[in-house]
Amino acid sequence: MSDATTPEVSAPDAPALDPFAVALGTLPGVASVIMERDERILHANRGDLAALMTVLRHDARFAFEQCMDVCGVDWPQREERFDVVYNLLSVTRNDRLRVIVSTDETASVPSVTGIWPGTAWWEREVFDLFGVTFDGLADHRRIVSDYGFEGHPLRKDFPLTGHVELRYDEEQKRVVYEKVALTQEFRNFDFLSPWEAMTTLPGDEKAHRPATSAPAVKP
Amino acid sequence: MSGGLHEAAPGRALRTLDLERHTVNVGPQHPATHGVLRLIMELEGETVTRADPHIGLLHRGTEKLIEYKSYLQAVPYFDRLDYVSPMCCEHAFALATEKLLGITVPDRGQWIRVLFSEITRILNHLLTIVHLALDIGAQSPSLWGYEEREKLLSFHEAVSGARFHANYFRPGGVSKDLPAGLADEIWAWSETFPKFLADLQNLLNDNRIFRQRLVDIGIISAEDALGMGFSGPNLRAAGIAWDLRRAQPYDKYGKVEFDIPVGRHGDCFDRYLVRINEMGESLKIIRQALQKMPQGPVKVQDNKITPPKRAEMKRSMEALIHHFKLYTEGYHVPAGTTYTAVEAPKGEFGVYLIADGTNHPYRCKIRATGFSHLQALEMMSKGHLLADAIAVLGSIDIVFGEVDR
Repeated sequence: MSDATTPEVSAPDAPALDPFAVALGTLPGVASVIMERDERILHANRGDLAALMTVLRHDARFAFEQCMDVCGVDWPQREERFDVVYNLLSVTRNDRLRVIVSTDETASVPSVTGIWPGTAWWEREVFDLFGVTFDGLADHRRIVSDYGFEGHPLRKDFPLTGHVELRYDEEQKRVVYEKVALTQEFRNFDFLSPWEAMTTLPGDEKAHRPATSAPAVKP
Repeated sequence: MSGGLHEAAPGRALRTLDLERHTVNVGPQHPATHGVLRLIMELEGETVTRADPHIGLLHRGTEKLIEYKSYLQAVPYFDRLDYVSPMCCEHAFALATEKLLGITVPDRGQWIRVLFSEITRILNHLLTIVHLALDIGAQSPSLWGYEEREKLLSFHEAVSGARFHANYFRPGGVSKDLPAGLADEIWAWSETFPKFLADLQNLLNDNRIFRQRLVDIGIISAEDALGMGFSGPNLRAAGIAWDLRRAQPYDKYGKVEFDIPVGRHGDCFDRYLVRINEMGESLKIIRQALQKMPQGPVKVQDNKITPPKRAEMKRSMEALIHHFKLYTEGYHVPAGTTYTAVEAPKGEFGVYLIADGTNHPYRCKIRATGFSHLQALEMMSKGHLLADAIAVLGSIDIVFGEVDR
């Protein structure tokens, strides 16, 4: 459990592709189609997203009438650090599909509000929380954070405690913003216990060496 | 008035003021907004031409907080999302975590979850219906509804110790088994509820004022409802028989029989009718769950995931270690992603969970039901009167705990 790999490289559970996945694979801009825990995941190229989504919505083979959710994910160690994840639902075929595109701080993602008008607020939320812009989204206002808020809170480099805090000032008779002052240092424990994280103890290197990469020394 | 008054007096220029267009700020502190909604409305006379909801006044950064909490610590945050149907929110997170852990809850645990999901659904619909009635001027339903809700909340309290923020559905099952005698109490209540439901319908269904205020107000077509990401009763009222309990059954929903009430017009009255009929269906499921529930464990019998019995903990070293490890470090969830959704009373409540192999989620996106519904408020209330916009808001069932997260 402790040898944590990043989820995006996790191996698909079922390598054998079904006809539906093959049909998905022929669409424009599809990078890969995998199944993970009975959920179909499609990685797409950012530039072709609008064309791909139009086919997924209107083609009777796919007919994803609903886009239930658009969300962002931040992977700071990657070159294109953000994922934008679309969870599609087909009520006629009773099927779900997850479409994932990646982007960075500057590149815009094509908006899908023309295909599913209900995604406008979800895209606004991704913009608000991650700073990803959407090309073709009419309304780029922040949605859940405060008026005049600075920064994008769900980025991994944004501190949990934020940068400003509010209090009511009795003298000024209004709410004032101040820099966050923590009375105690922020504590974030590392729960990877040494017994699990340190899988190879000093002196045991040979015992834990993978058999394929290092052939055993002949006696 | 005589025409003479409209002519400019000698020496003064005639000024025309357009007094017919107003921008009105509704909320954020207004009882009819069901919480902290700030609604900027442009009115022409009393007709709504634009409605721009400003949300986020109850934003608490739940998703960010969960990234810093262990999986067990994350559960109570879900109670505080949709605080009118807390257990259904927990359910989505519990299912998502279980999927990543690759565990299956024992039968009794699954049945208890079905039972309490449906109790929660009735709790939610009772509140929605009586508040809708209250918003348009009827007071007695709210008094009736709250009285009935108290009975159900006492069941919540009996199993979890809390009336609202239950923290009862945990990854791996439920926190405790039903206390002795509770099943009989719920059964006894289920005998009396149909009478209450009939009375409530009697009071509202054919009420002239109620119909006058709701029929043909806030119509949304099936196609628009799909495009706006509607789900749950609001989608069914638009004529689409879609229910995750039937289409993608989770826990024991595949083993119960119930009907899906579907509306035809997609107006406020249909949304009301769908909800009130759903309560009857929930009652059916509750009775089936009580009948079919076997004896047995209510949570996974793996003490790496669920805590050992407290009595055992006092005597067994092993149990003590498990207890300590679970409540300090928690459990590590294997790397992976899942989007798991449940049919919450308000619609599809989904959790998109990314685990990276540590003891806290890498990302936990909460797909709130009300977010999509509130977005369609402008579409549904445009061209109606201001008072109708309030009826629309009441009929789409909004709770700001989950909209703002």
